Amino acid sequence: MLIRALHDEGVELIYGYPGGAVLHIYDAIFNQDKVEHILVRHEQAATHAADGYARATGRPGVVLVTSGPGATNAVTGIATAFMDSIPMIVISGQVDSSLIGSDGFQETDMVGISRPIVKHSFMVQNPADIPNIVKKAFYIATTGRPGPVVIDIPKDVTDPSKKFKYSYPESVKLRSYSVPAKGHTGQIKKAVEILLAAKRPILYTGGGVIQGEGSALLTELTQKLGYPITNTLMGLGAYPATDKQFLGMLGMHGTYEANMAMHFSDVVLGIGVRFDDRVTNTISKFCPGAKILHVDIDPASISKTVAADVPIVGSVTSVIEDMLELIKSSDTKIDRKALDLWWKQIDGWREKDSLKVVPAENDVIKPQQVIQCLYEITNGDAYVSSDVGQHQMFAAQYYKFDKPRRWINSGGLGTMGFGFPAAMGVQLAFPDAVSVCVTGEGSFQMNLQELATCLQYNLPVKIVCLNNQALGMVKQWQDMQYGGRYSHSTYAESLPDFIKLAEAYGHVGMRIEKLSELKQKMTEAFALKDRLVFIDVMVDPMEHVYPMAIKGGSMKDMILSKTERT
Amino acid sequence: MRHIISILLENEPGALSRVVGLFSQRNYNIESLTVAPTEDHTLSRLTITTVGDDRKIEQITKHLNKLVDVVKLVDLTEGAHIERELMLIKVKATGAQRDEVNRTADIFRAQIVDVTSTIYSIQVVGTSAKLDAFLAAINGITILEVARTGVSGVSRGEKVLSV
Repeated sequence: MLIRALHDEGVELIYGYPGGAVLHIYDAIFNQDKVEHILVRHEQAATHAADGYARATGRPGVVLVTSGPGATNAVTGIATAFMDSIPMIVISGQVDSSLIGSDGFQETDMVGISRPIVKHSFMVQNPADIPNIVKKAFYIATTGRPGPVVIDIPKDVTDPSKKFKYSYPESVKLRSYSVPAKGHTGQIKKAVEILLAAKRPILYTGGGVIQGEGSALLTELTQKLGYPITNTLMGLGAYPATDKQFLGMLGMHGTYEANMAMHFSDVVLGIGVRFDDRVTNTISKFCPGAKILHVDIDPASISKTVAADVPIVGSVTSVIEDMLELIKSSDTKIDRKALDLWWKQIDGWREKDSLKVVPAENDVIKPQQVIQCLYEITNGDAYVSSDVGQHQMFAAQYYKFDKPRRWINSGGLGTMGFGFPAAMGVQLAFPDAVSVCVTGEGSFQMNLQELATCLQYNLPVKIVCLNNQALGMVKQWQDMQYGGRYSHSTYAESLPDFIKLAEAYGHVGMRIEKLSELKQKMTEAFALKDRLVFIDVMVDPMEHVYPMAIKGGSMKDMILSKTERT
Repeated sequence: MRHIISILLENEPGALSRVVGLFSQRNYNIESLTVAPTEDHTLSRLTITTVGDDRKIEQITKHLNKLVDVVKLVDLTEGAHIERELMLIKVKATGAQRDEVNRTADIFRAQIVDVTSTIYSIQVVGTSAKLDAFLAAINGITILEVARTGVSGVSRGEKVLSV
């Protein structure tokens, strides 16, 4: 009945791992062919794969795990999805209702454990409630600010001998849950007037624009205004990165021009962003001369860290549509002279070329060059999933995403081990697309068991490992703040031979050590269209990610290189 | 500043833990909490007193509203309201103290609800401040036990919190 309900909800794929408490459900999966199940090798990977699928498609990812350890293994993936507002349904088995509370075998209080990291959760008590709860769960997970929803099902509830009359509800209404639709017209009008009268405006947009399918409208709005725009780590791809109005990513490792423009702006239009500490640096010094206009579907995101001068609660698409309409009819004309001056100032900052790559000597590969090469050979059109660390920042800085849903990374929680299973989920969603996982030798080892899953389902993911033989981002901080004392961030002597590892799992492994052969070998690897290729790229181990925000400073305070700061 | 937030909550398993969890998760403080079903058994009414500046209280109410189980809420302290708390207090009362406790209870319109030869159990109803004042007034008497219910409240006048 559960599987039938999932099918009726339009689910095609679920990611999971069987176990005692979910055996009835697995038997039901065996007896049908409408919902495909992907067997992962660890429950955490199931959640990340479902997450990658959701980020790439916009549809909710569905996970099925057993009780106890199955459920707790899924927790990291649920928290990852929660922090980045990704729609996900996690169905966890539970011991028999009669055993709940008795510390039974493989019993854990999943509803309790997951409580702070879910949008909502359900414990199913009657088989007949299943269709309604599934409907509610999908409705909650996908509407408003999306997020993960857990459905915990005791084994006896899925017992096939318990018959009931099945009917799947067409719609669902919850008296205690409503989705904000249109923004307040008066507020939007106020925001538009401030926006049009601005002398030094900037658009600062994030993951909410991608989740809310607002990229096309955002692009229209930005180009109509002719204002500069910057994206957060989560928002990359919402606005075409190759467009001249795009200043690059902002924040801790954002571009010089994006952070300077934020700091010196007089109006900030934030859309689908949450003024995260990785963006704002010190809150009290944030954008000192700016009026803040903040659009978000979640009222709790507004004025959470930075107080908004004009808060607008509503869906990104409806608010931008209203803005475009009001801009057309407004008597206020954009001060083109001031805007020209503003662009001149920004172009001056751009000249600093903060993402300039200084080539190394002796044919050593700089990590940035690998991403540049990847961008080139994939024509900027790949789905890039990333793990967490230096390679993540390099990928965000150097791969220019022109389309939404192409950049898939764990921004909020920063989960190492996310990238590879996420790339797997993307590949399952789009079998013919190029799904790349940019990773490091540290992150990759957190979920490498999924090499087996990729073999089983023939998923030709391309793994680009920026191998610096260390936990690069940790090491960078140790270099900068701990006198170069590499406490437990290096392990060069104990790294596995990744080529043999890939081969042991039935895939192709390739090592690249020289800059002069980078492009040729990468091209070769990507030419193997139906094989998973692990590309182990040995990169300069001493490289740091720059620019980097100076702790305690404002957005204009950045370290630009090992020798230069603002 | 102290705020009294009154919530109509789905009367479902786990709902209360979501509310309480939110407070600890986001480092908000609960001074008192009362909860019981309303005349409609599908709904519980929960009253929380908490302390914070306007910005913090705004965040608390926004996050509470986000919980799927929260049907409606009101910050009673935003307007005129009635608040009541009930306290049961057990004191040692012997000799001259018996009269003194009796008199103080009268002044506070408290009731002595149980008596032994050495002990009075007293029920006091009122605002939290009144209950505090009563405790201060019987300073010098040996207090054996205090049980307070926490604050419950409604808005004054025609304003109601209902579905």
